Amino acid sequence: MLVYTLQRIGLSFLICVTSICLLFSAIHLIPGDPASIMLGSRATPELRERLNHELGLDQPVPMQLVNFLGRVAQGDLGTDLWSQRPVSTMVAESLPYTLTLIAAGLGWSALVGIPLGCYSAIRRNTWADRLTGILSVGTISIPSFVVAIYALLFFSIELDWFPVIGAGDEGNLGDQLWHLVLPSFAVGLGWVGYLARIVRASMLEVMGENHVRTARAFGLPEGKIILHYALRIAILPTITLLALAIGGMLSSAVFAESIFARPGIGKLIVDAANLRDYPLVQGAALTTVVLFAFAMPIADLLVAWLDPRVRATF
Amino acid sequence: MSVQPSEALVTAPLSAPGTFSRAFRRLRGDPLGMLGLILVLLMVFCAIAGPSIAPFDPFKIRVTERFTPPSLPHVFGTDNIGRDVFSRVLVGSRIALTVGGLSIAISLVIGLVLGLCAGYGPRWLDNFLLLVFDSVYSFPTVILGLTVMTLLGPSMTNLILVVVVVQTPAYARLIRTATLSIKGSEYILAIRSLGASPARVLFVHILPNIIGPLFIIASMDIPAVITLEAGLTYLGMGIPPPAPSWGRILLDGFDNIRDAPWIVVAGGIPLIVTTLGFTFFGESLRDLMDPRLRRNL
Repeated sequence: MLVYTLQRIGLSFLICVTSICLLFSAIHLIPGDPASIMLGSRATPELRERLNHELGLDQPVPMQLVNFLGRVAQGDLGTDLWSQRPVSTMVAESLPYTLTLIAAGLGWSALVGIPLGCYSAIRRNTWADRLTGILSVGTISIPSFVVAIYALLFFSIELDWFPVIGAGDEGNLGDQLWHLVLPSFAVGLGWVGYLARIVRASMLEVMGENHVRTARAFGLPEGKIILHYALRIAILPTITLLALAIGGMLSSAVFAESIFARPGIGKLIVDAANLRDYPLVQGAALTTVVLFAFAMPIADLLVAWLDPRVRATF
Repeated sequence: MSVQPSEALVTAPLSAPGTFSRAFRRLRGDPLGMLGLILVLLMVFCAIAGPSIAPFDPFKIRVTERFTPPSLPHVFGTDNIGRDVFSRVLVGSRIALTVGGLSIAISLVIGLVLGLCAGYGPRWLDNFLLLVFDSVYSFPTVILGLTVMTLLGPSMTNLILVVVVVQTPAYARLIRTATLSIKGSEYILAIRSLGASPARVLFVHILPNIIGPLFIIASMDIPAVITLEAGLTYLGMGIPPPAPSWGRILLDGFDNIRDAPWIVVAGGIPLIVTTLGFTFFGESLRDLMDPRLRRNL
């Protein structure tokens, strides 16, 4: 078990290092001089030279990579080109907003998706099951930013039920939650479908197993069989799916945050990308990779911890 | 033992006479699949014929007609500079399908080569490529897109490049797994002992056996790619104006969402219709060809 844990964490670590190398080499792979691309029409020879020096681009490439890796390991993601503030500070400021959004999205999609999948499996091949199936595919395939825009148009502008922009007043929890409703709806909607589908499939599998048949033969009430003996096993694959959802939601959060003008890492990246501020984009992107790369082994370990059958294979 | 029909479909070469007509007959029994097919065909028709059937010039600015609500002759109304939104939506389908089709085709080719190399090549190459694939894969899609676009600048070519970067690892991984599972089989051993070169083994003996399912999976990725294109364009980092990408229509509409809500509604509808169409059709096609293809999300 310990070896497995170390292996998984080591792999995530390796993925992070490779991602850093990829981000770093991207700047050298593109044709042309990175400094003039970043500066755009503002580029003068002096500015270009200063930027080259600030980004360390006047040093030999392998040297730059080593320096860069060293700095990242110390938590230094560089300096934002425009505000001259450390990228790590800016990321740290916006990260809590994004994490809250993702947690809310994960929470509501799990609360709706899992019971829906379970219900669908119990009522297999009824019209309710078919409707759930169609709705699942529907919610999975509709782009999250279209959901966000439509939600904003309908609930905030037409009906005026929810606030249009921002994350709510500092210190006012109710207001902040109110501001969270629509963005987390948009971010989570697709995953309701995914979760319902996977829970349905794994419920159907578990309901056909011997121990469920035995429980039935003993005359246990159906509700207890479903909740206690079937769902407890069937719910395990959702843990891995929820970890995957973190990656998907980081993407959706980019849209939700720019549409609802919420602070957060997604909005940070979009604003920086439009200014072509590569150091900031790079630092923020790297943070999301680290989040996602470590979410996967945590989910796997959680499954191994919860499921004796998986644990036994180590 | 009799062969199940679905297995026969997979083991039979895709070009076998009757495969498609049989597939179509079975598709007719699946109303959602049929609906998907109709929507996909509608989308393809718009992409091909859009510019010629569009009632107005999608680029023509008519300031006097700005913000005309939906009515005849402007079915979806006009935007902030008086362009006919319906015409823009129609012409936009060509952009969506071009980006979707081209980028998936390119990623398939690159993914195929890399996947074959990883699956058939030496162990170190396999490990190295896997690490790179997994690293690219651990970037959230949109964030990876924004990162590449920051360096390259918004343009259609760069957008296609972004999609290739995003999609290639997925195909390469699938091809790698398929190659690994076939690599040890006896007929490969036989052809190798006859002295066939690695290139011959890969392209003549392995490739034809693993490529069929990949096409189905790739066609199911088209909605995701169209969404990515529209999404990045919506964020201002995709196809530059004035091209009527659906993402651009949404962006123009979002800036005027209080004055002219019909623009965002019109920009979102084709995206929903297309993604639903491709997904319903793809799901039905996949179940039809081989239930075992169900990808584990």
